[in-house]
Amino acid sequence: MHITADKGRCVGAAQCVLAAPAVFDQDEQGLVAPVTVDPAGADWPAVRQAVHLCPSSAIRIDEE
Amino acid sequence: MTETSGHDIPSFPMARECPMHPPAEYRELRGREPVSRVRMPDGQVAWLVLKHGLARKLLADPRVSADRLHPAFPGRLTAEQRAAPERVRRLSTRRSMIHLDGDEHGAHRKILTGEFSLRRIAALRPRVQEIVDRSIDEMLAAPQPADLVEHVSQAVPSLVICELLGVPHEQRRDFHEWAGMLVSRSVSIRERAAASDALNDFLEDLVTEKERGEPTDDLIGRLIARNRRTPVMTHDEIVGTAVMLLVAGHQTTANMISLGVVALLENPEHKARIAADPSLLPPAIEEMLRYFSVVENAPARVATEDIEIGGVTIRQNEGIVVSGLAADWDDEVFEHPDRLDFERGARHHVAFGYGVHQCLGQNLARVELEIVFETLLRRVPGLSLAVPAEELPYKDDAGIYGIYRMPVNC
Ligand code: SF4
Repeated sequence: MHITADKGRCVGAAQCVLAAPAVFDQDEQGLVAPVTVDPAGADWPAVRQAVHLCPSSAIRIDEE
Repeated sequence: MTETSGHDIPSFPMARECPMHPPAEYRELRGREPVSRVRMPDGQVAWLVLKHGLARKLLADPRVSADRLHPAFPGRLTAEQRAAPERVRRLSTRRSMIHLDGDEHGAHRKILTGEFSLRRIAALRPRVQEIVDRSIDEMLAAPQPADLVEHVSQAVPSLVICELLGVPHEQRRDFHEWAGMLVSRSVSIRERAAASDALNDFLEDLVTEKERGEPTDDLIGRLIARNRRTPVMTHDEIVGTAVMLLVAGHQTTANMISLGVVALLENPEHKARIAADPSLLPPAIEEMLRYFSVVENAPARVATEDIEIGGVTIRQNEGIVVSGLAADWDDEVFEHPDRLDFERGARHHVAFGYGVHQCLGQNLARVELEIVFETLLRRVPGLSLAVPAEELPYKDDAGIYGIYRMPVNC
């Protein structure tokens, strides 16, 4: 799984950090800052939830 | 407009039968026409969105506008109220990000997002705890039964907003009083207009003073400093932002506190479990947010192009009301939505909206709710309602659902 996070689209709601704190963080500006863009398998369900919860479609994942 | 059925166009908002449940029509309409035509108080026809998936889809659609000044923008005012003197409406017509679309919205939002990051909110916790403790002290010292709405539900968010905006301590009482008058049922329209003016002038002065002096270390001070480096907002828009933060953060949180306390008191078994293990509180709060969705119908929009959705075509310049409450009671998404299930663990409710306008203050709201409930359960274990829950004065007539007064024994 590979993550692409788009700060341009991010609106800083932090749903991703709440859903997958091991994978997502926020920068100074409160915008999405992934800790890793290639999360471990154990985090995949949480990452999928983050994608589902993000209100502005700022996170994309490529499975594989 | 598309003809969808022979039914009359129902009036909006609809009445509730049970204070804890959405209007029964929502369910029926959702099954029949998940995007239905309704007649707004000013006589205009708008589209009401009742399904969770469609609500999310529309709120994330770039073809809808949040411009409140658009003539088709659905509001709760009657035609008469809409035409009322300018002064009464000053508070709500100031420009801020919740009115803006597209890139302009993005710029206004991004100059603020850093203020609401999880780290910044976590840093506010000790201050919120102090505010909550002091509010509870006042409730305990008041003659019994005391009004929990006055002492806790209203006081906490009002003082937290003061803290956030950097309102000097000696002015917080006035601020709190005016904010309370905006939503009180017992003050006249005149008094309410005066309170609205007073708050507006107060925030205008607060911003002006902060613009003149040394940059202060609070949200408005930092916003002014950032805006100097990269100009995004005019002076008026900074004042509008302060007004918006007050309006958005005050009644929403206040009413969630009141309804949440009722939910806890009416479910003693769960209350005991949470009191024994406060780590159960965050999922319980998510469920309260879903169940009450107090900003019932606030996400209103206007279509900027024709939009086909849910079997209908919303035409350009038609108004849309997305009912967060109806969406959060969509039984295809939330099993037995009428069950307040503190262990449901569902986070995809739309109590904070969806799309680029999703509530920026949501994580501050979560922290306020968590600290209030945790502290009440710990410090006032004998808290009880002085009247049966069904007899409380619920806000059937307000834009944000909640409770006017809550006599409690502590
Ligand atoms: S959930 Fe989406 S909008 Fe919110 S912080 Fe994460 S990426 Fe940004």
